Amino acid sequence: MGADGTEKSKTTYREAMREAIREALRSDDRVFLMGEDVGRYGGCFGVSLGLLEEFGPERIRDTPLSESTFVGAGIGAALAGMRPIVEIMTVNFSLLALDQILNNAATLLHMSGGQLPVPIVIRMTTGAGRQLAAQHSHSLEGWYAHIPGIRVLAPATIEDARHMLAPALADPDPVLIFEHGSLYNLSGELRPPTRPVDLDHAAIRRPGTDISLITYGGSLPKALAAADELAAEGVEAEVIDLRALRPLDDAAIAASVTRTHRAVVIDEAWRTGSLAAEVCARIAERSFYELDAPVERVCSAEVPIPYARRLEEAALPQTADIVAAAHRAVD
Amino acid sequence: MSLARPARTRKATAAPKPAKKTARNRQGPRTAPPADRSAAQHRANLLESLLRIRRFEERCVELYSAAKIRGFVHLYIGEEAVAVGINQALTSEDAVVSTYREHGHALARGIAAEAVMAEMYGKATGCSGGRGGSMHLFDASRRFYGGSAIVAGGLPLAAGLALADRMRGQNRVTCCFFGDGAFAEGEFHETANLAALWNLPLLLACENNLYAMGTALTREHAQTDLAMRAASYGMPAWAVDGMDVEAVEQASRRAVEGIRTGTGPHFLELRTYRFRAHSMYDPDRYRGKAEIEQWKDRDPVNRLMERMRENGEPVDEELARIEQKITEEIDHAVEAAEKAPEEPVENLLRHVTSASTGPVS
Repeated sequence: MGADGTEKSKTTYREAMREAIREALRSDDRVFLMGEDVGRYGGCFGVSLGLLEEFGPERIRDTPLSESTFVGAGIGAALAGMRPIVEIMTVNFSLLALDQILNNAATLLHMSGGQLPVPIVIRMTTGAGRQLAAQHSHSLEGWYAHIPGIRVLAPATIEDARHMLAPALADPDPVLIFEHGSLYNLSGELRPPTRPVDLDHAAIRRPGTDISLITYGGSLPKALAAADELAAEGVEAEVIDLRALRPLDDAAIAASVTRTHRAVVIDEAWRTGSLAAEVCARIAERSFYELDAPVERVCSAEVPIPYARRLEEAALPQTADIVAAAHRAVD
Repeated sequence: MSLARPARTRKATAAPKPAKKTARNRQGPRTAPPADRSAAQHRANLLESLLRIRRFEERCVELYSAAKIRGFVHLYIGEEAVAVGINQALTSEDAVVSTYREHGHALARGIAAEAVMAEMYGKATGCSGGRGGSMHLFDASRRFYGGSAIVAGGLPLAAGLALADRMRGQNRVTCCFFGDGAFAEGEFHETANLAALWNLPLLLACENNLYAMGTALTREHAQTDLAMRAASYGMPAWAVDGMDVEAVEQASRRAVEGIRTGTGPHFLELRTYRFRAHSMYDPDRYRGKAEIEQWKDRDPVNRLMERMRENGEPVDEELARIEQKITEEIDHAVEAAEKAPEEPVENLLRHVTSASTGPVS
């Protein structure tokens, strides 16, 4: 209870995700969670802690270290009418299951002439910032957003961590959920959703009139911090959280650029061939005549993410980089 | 991380375990041939199934030469006894996952030649709506989960189908076809381990035709006794003469019966041979004519007919009846495919997601 006597719902991104999984398991007996160390260990990042005790080993399944096969098994179980949630420890490990995700999950519906929808949810951690070096730190969600047939989500707030899973499970097609590792400890009050959570629309996290900061996932807190700094200087930045990386909310991007006439796209992935590149291309296609300045991009340096703290920080988009890019566009 | 788990003590075995009679077993679908069907009639049915695949594919070769069919076409000719024999042990409730060499699997599963031929033509009436072609035949109503053209890619999928059945207490079997080439892929070994670990109702049907495309078994495997290696995962596994449809049927019934009694996955190494090249593009330079001829002496169709003769069954009459029936069936399938409509280009984006059912916007 808070000091004023009202019910406070203070939680973390991690707990919100866990609550979403718990709710799904309680409300639908077709749902089960499967992955490496999701049970007895409690999840590599602690997301599923306690769920084994509550739901038992049939529904909270520890798997062998066989990414391709437990993801493929999730696809098969989905074909047979189950609603599996498959957890992959990190996006880097998901490459071992890329064959199953691309060649089966994303293609079976089309290849079978519409006979075989694959209602699977695959969750994984993405991103850098914790000195985990080059095989645990990359942001490859943009690669997955390249693939027709799957939906790609990047919850960046406690609300989205809590409320995106249910509609993802209700989707008849494969949904990939990317959870940035730096967000798990994000703490705050969980507000009840004011409207049904959808998986199609970007969200304006801060309204503004002078420039659009377009981002998603782990870069959202940095973009919001940059907007605060810019506001202190008299520049009102609008912060757009894409939320869904596929399909992209073209209309929201175009509407924001139409309001502000300037844009910075922030993406923790490498610049070349990135989701940021796709967003820029769409702005060029739809909103070229609205622009008053070239679109700026803030991405990771084109280097395998290094271990040393100073090097890692230098490789990643930082608040100061976003502020500097905004200045280039505005000044 | 494995320390917490007690060491598995189940003995790896190279021989099938006798099926235990349990309550679950009695409730499950029966796989024995119906008592009222005579052995002779059963053999005639087997012959018909073998010949349907053989003649269907021979017609495909002609149609390919006439440019009616394009893309990759992988012929099953020579291997028909495997698909036909195994399907005798499966019921319509069971599931099948196949490979890119799947015409035989599809026809043996009961998918109409008309639907398969239309798919070869890329027509809207094909069993995959013209989106799959020869390598991607599907029929959800027959629980035929198709044609994977990624070698070993269907194995994890099959484990998942079996897992769903196990979790829901349904006494069904999933049969996954794959080849000796797939046995070299990590996905086979991951799936064999997972299936044994979780005691999944999975039949692993390894079609060992001695070649992974052009690479001979002895050039791709350090140890070529595949059944022995599969047994090391803790599942019953044994080799079967894949050129003898009755031997395949018998082995499959034993394996499937074992799976239905809850003894977990079984592995069959079906020793077989493809008489034709790997695909229509393959000049077949990596194996000798003598070797091919030697295997043709063991042709599964001739072998079955010899056995029928030995038993005094009316082979010639049966053969004439079957050939006529199948010719009509395939003629009809080709005619229907010729006449069938193309999928309109406006429907290009249909079935990319479940929502994308309308025309291109």
